[in-house]
Amino acid sequence: MVDNIIHIALLLVFPPFLLGVINKTKAWFGGRVGAPLLQPYYDLAKLFQKEWVLSTTTTWIFRAGPVVTLACVLLAGLLIPLGRFAAPIGFAGDLILFAYLFGLARFFTTAAALDTGSAFEGMGAAREATFSCLSEPALFFALLVLAKLSGSLMLGDLLRGPLGGFAPTVIAPLVLIAIGLFIVLLAETCRIPVDDPNTHLELTMIHEVMVLDHSGPLLGVILYAAAIKLFVLGSVLLHVLAPVQLATAWLNWPLFLLELSGLAVAVGIVESIMARLQMRHVPYLLVSAVLFCGFSFILLVR
Amino acid sequence: MSSVEMVLTAIAAIGFSGLPGWLFPSRSPAGQRLTTALLLFGSALGLTGVAAAWLEGGTPAWRVPWILPWGEFSVALDPLSILFLLPVFVIPALGSVYGLDYWKQADHPENGGKLGFYYGLLAGAMALVTVSRDSILFLMAWEVMALAAYFAATVETDNPDAQRAGWIYLIATHIGTLCLIALFSLWHRATGSFALEPAAALPAGAAGTLFVLALIGFGFKAGFMPLHVWLPGAHANAPSHVSAVMSGVMLKMGIYGLVRMTALMPGPAAWWGGTLLGIGAVTGIAGILFAIGQHDLKRLLAYSSIENIGIIGMGLGLALLGRVYGQADWVLLGLGGALFHVWNHSLFKSLLFFNAGAIIHAAQTREMDRLGGLAKLMPRAMILFVVGAVAICALPPLNGFAGEWLLYAGLFRTLGLNGEPGVPAAALAAVALSLIGALAVACFVKVLGTVFLGTPRHALASPAHDPPRCMLAPMVVLAGGCAGLGLFPALAAPALERAVRTWASLPGAAPSFTTLLSWRAITGLGLSLVALAGLVLLILKLLPRARGATRPVTWDCGYARPTPRMQITGSSFGQSLVALGTFLLWPKSHPPALRVLFPRAAYFKSLVPDTILDRLVLPVFRFAGGQLPRLRILQQGQTHLYVLYILVILFILLVWGR
Repeated sequence: MVDNIIHIALLLVFPPFLLGVINKTKAWFGGRVGAPLLQPYYDLAKLFQKEWVLSTTTTWIFRAGPVVTLACVLLAGLLIPLGRFAAPIGFAGDLILFAYLFGLARFFTTAAALDTGSAFEGMGAAREATFSCLSEPALFFALLVLAKLSGSLMLGDLLRGPLGGFAPTVIAPLVLIAIGLFIVLLAETCRIPVDDPNTHLELTMIHEVMVLDHSGPLLGVILYAAAIKLFVLGSVLLHVLAPVQLATAWLNWPLFLLELSGLAVAVGIVESIMARLQMRHVPYLLVSAVLFCGFSFILLVR
Repeated sequence: MSSVEMVLTAIAAIGFSGLPGWLFPSRSPAGQRLTTALLLFGSALGLTGVAAAWLEGGTPAWRVPWILPWGEFSVALDPLSILFLLPVFVIPALGSVYGLDYWKQADHPENGGKLGFYYGLLAGAMALVTVSRDSILFLMAWEVMALAAYFAATVETDNPDAQRAGWIYLIATHIGTLCLIALFSLWHRATGSFALEPAAALPAGAAGTLFVLALIGFGFKAGFMPLHVWLPGAHANAPSHVSAVMSGVMLKMGIYGLVRMTALMPGPAAWWGGTLLGIGAVTGIAGILFAIGQHDLKRLLAYSSIENIGIIGMGLGLALLGRVYGQADWVLLGLGGALFHVWNHSLFKSLLFFNAGAIIHAAQTREMDRLGGLAKLMPRAMILFVVGAVAICALPPLNGFAGEWLLYAGLFRTLGLNGEPGVPAAALAAVALSLIGALAVACFVKVLGTVFLGTPRHALASPAHDPPRCMLAPMVVLAGGCAGLGLFPALAAPALERAVRTWASLPGAAPSFTTLLSWRAITGLGLSLVALAGLVLLILKLLPRARGATRPVTWDCGYARPTPRMQITGSSFGQSLVALGTFLLWPKSHPPALRVLFPRAAYFKSLVPDTILDRLVLPVFRFAGGQLPRLRILQQGQTHLYVLYILVILFILLVWGR
């Protein structure tokens, strides 16, 4: 019970911190001091106090985009275990719901972008819809591998680690899907090299351009949901990357937060040392994620 | 009246519901109202009969000999028939109500009565197909269904597109029927009877042939790729409520046939399941890719039906594999998912076709890129469209998700079986299904965005308006069905479970739906998703400056005068996905030639033709049409010569047959 409360509290409070860590890492690489680690919280607080600005073209879909997205990522966050602690909600087949919640979020985000009637936002929506068609198979290959290893259809067991311990035959597929999932994580959370959350050149963006017309509280909801998405997908990846647990139960909470912050640093490093890919090259990267996860599946079932 | 008698009376009432319409003057609305009333009465009676049969349990049957030398009039109501009868009784009834405003007798005096008659006949024939237990009766009902659908879809005699699509449909459906005639003849030889009763054993070699014939014969009707050639044109050009019935119910008759025949045949082979799984995956992916490339709203919906048929095929394939390898859970989840999807698809696809009809009714065009901004003019239609679109993309918390959830669970469970070669490939179907899901989201966001959102791209002939009452009410019912089955899928579980156990005799210790999956979790999470979204909205409303939003024009990076022409079009939204699928779609585009500075006004055209129909079937038919006239040498126009031919052929058969 206590663990569930901690889980929900962390899910609600911790995610913006990850954005702060990423930005700090990038600042450090650029030789700057950078914004404080808590800057994303200040930004959110500021945005929620602003007034609403809604284009005359828009309908209720424009508001539904951020709202549904936040609801979806929050629910997805309740389905995953954090570190060694079980998920608050778990049932056989919840991994499908987990994946499709992101689909629902994407449906309303892209529709909200089209709702403005702007060419830029339409282009962003088209890109998002296209690239997700490539990242989705990668995710499902990874889920197949994890399901095969754990012999379960419940995310909680799926992410707990393989049935028979870490034999070499198990480690190879896990390494491959870790790479694939990291690429999916970068694509889904709109980070470099797929997308640049900081650029303001509309022609080259994906996610940022979809939300150009959202401002004030709605933009706050979008940023908050994006942070939670990073938190959720990062936690999934961590289960593959770092299955080590400490003997003292409660110490695993700080360990988990430390690992997650480490992942954020890794994302920051990737952002600092890589350039954003040309738009027409992004599919290649995503296809490589499918290949990594697909080969991993073949290794496992051969 | 017993349950079977009720259903048979209902079939007669529905089948001939259009007759009284012809007694009234062609401009009077009374005939259409009477037809609809009769159809509604028949459907209500049929549903009562189905409910009675369900409560009775078992398989109530009814048989009488007839004067034909073969077969007999034999019908029965087992759980499989019941499952397929429900959409047959529900969707056409709703469509008939819809037609009261969509195809008003007063607006269509020349064909309203005709449409009413063939529409009822189509619905009645479909019901007879699902209950008949004799292959001769089945074939007769099948043929009536095929012809009634042809006449209902081509009711507009002055529309050349509809006539052409009708011809293609007529040819395709009869090739399918030929395969079915071969199938049932072989069935008679293998089992010694025309009765559609489970065969104890089939001679070696016959089973495989029977399966292939069933797959092709029923595949033509269901629309498996590459047998789908008739489907997009016929669905696009038929009146919308006929499209809804064809897509929502008639395609499922192909699925029903396949399910029924595989239920009757003992000892399926592994390659049956593998083939269906493969065909299903290819049909699903190709269907939705073609859908993304379409400019015509109803053609897009038709291709999306092909995709959904592919998903159903995957489920059936998995169930067949489960029977081969003795895995009861694959059978339950695979066939259960497929049958659930049959229901679901008939709900949301009818909803979407009704919606397309409302758009055509209001805007007088099916070209998506000429529409836009309808959300402000047709707010109710838009909400209903969003429900249908979310459901068809299999997104939670609506019914599409609940069905595919079963299927995914079944496909993931194939991982549990080790040591059988080829089985790991079955799990790949889960990846294919996820790709289909992502593509479907792109496809329906494209429709929603192009048709309803943004600003109007062209001035409409008349101001668009929300659909009138008779069109709106059936859509609301269907949307309610989508939400109800999505939030409470456990309601469907008993019907699915009984149907699956009719299809395959599972061992007593086999798992059941309730032990395999937690249905309550889907209900709980669906409701909490709705509640969470409501909560977020509430919190946003409570923010200090939530009231009184400023309403400027779209910011668009500071461009002060956005015009409707600057919006992204449906074609450009789908362009990058069409480009990724070039190997399959072979899109054609005619870009303007830009040679000089300051080029003059030019036009751009792009098109995704049907690869199979336009690049393979039609050229072959055109070639045959060019070559075959040489055979006219045999055709002299003299009757006695033709009789002579018959005599000669009979002699040859007499000698050859001995």
